[in-house]
Amino acid sequence: MNDQQIERYSRHIILKEVGGKGQQKLFDGKVLIIGAGGLGAPVALYLAAAGVGTIGIVDADDVDLSNLQRQVIHFTADIGKPKVDSAREKMQAINPDVNVMTYKQWVTADNISSIFADYDFIIDGTDNFAAKFLINDACVLAGKPYSHGGILQFVGQTITILPGQSPCYRCLFPQPPPKDAIPTCSQAGVIGVLPGVIGSIQATEAIKFLLGKGDLLTGRILMYDALGMKFRGVDIKRNPNCPICGEHPTITDLKDEIDAMTVCDLKGA
Amino acid sequence: MKITVNGKETFIAEKQDRTIDSLLEELDVSQRLYVTVELNGEILERSAYASTPVAEGDAIEFLYFMGGGSR
Repeated sequence: MNDQQIERYSRHIILKEVGGKGQQKLFDGKVLIIGAGGLGAPVALYLAAAGVGTIGIVDADDVDLSNLQRQVIHFTADIGKPKVDSAREKMQAINPDVNVMTYKQWVTADNISSIFADYDFIIDGTDNFAAKFLINDACVLAGKPYSHGGILQFVGQTITILPGQSPCYRCLFPQPPPKDAIPTCSQAGVIGVLPGVIGSIQATEAIKFLLGKGDLLTGRILMYDALGMKFRGVDIKRNPNCPICGEHPTITDLKDEIDAMTVCDLKGA
Repeated sequence: MKITVNGKETFIAEKQDRTIDSLLEELDVSQRLYVTVELNGEILERSAYASTPVAEGDAIEFLYFMGGGSR
């Protein structure tokens, strides 16, 4: 580390759980953020600030005016710009040390494994259940650790998944809901700070994973109620009947969940 | 009869043949058709909701789908 870096990361380096060695682990770390929206925004900003060396960001969308109430990485002047480009500019402005890789596409059964192959930890910051189930399945099959996040109105939830060791998303929810069954943020609304809380927890998990410190949010789903201002964790066990990580898995390769595809597909959602 | 729902002590009327399925209706649980039910620490199969009785002292968690995030 040069003098500037020692200064930049000094508040990390004085932590006994981080130190110079831990900061080096963050430099060497590679995190992929799927979705450059409400959840992805705080994750991208905090991981860039923390000096995570390589950060990938996946999103096919362009910045829309209705995003700005919560997607704090995008600014008014970015409207119409690809979200991945808008995000990369802010991340590099915060920290030029960080190598930002952009993928202006949606994840699909065909591309997800090659996109995430080089990354250590994956962040699910997507809005729709097709993508959430695809990310779970791809991570479980490839043994990639990841953080799930979900938000709706005033409530959010997150859980970290270490495939083969801790319960996965399908242990909790074996199948996606049918399309349009669950209201989306665009239909039901979302308080703008909510993804900031959940995304910041997801970023914390990525950093802890890279450092190898602390207890990850595995085997426990953390739920946050902003109106009641309460956090609650519910312990979850691995489900022996889980269709992908159970004793007799029925899902052995990736496919797109077509029926759940359009859950949050409304323009400007 | 006392049960714990989402960490809160909840009193429900004594009733014969109450199942998880009928409890979902009784408590007007949202996402009723899709909600995941954890009963005393174990995730219940959806196919068992209609046949699983609710007993005094049960700890029940309702886990909901949440999308959100991008867009």
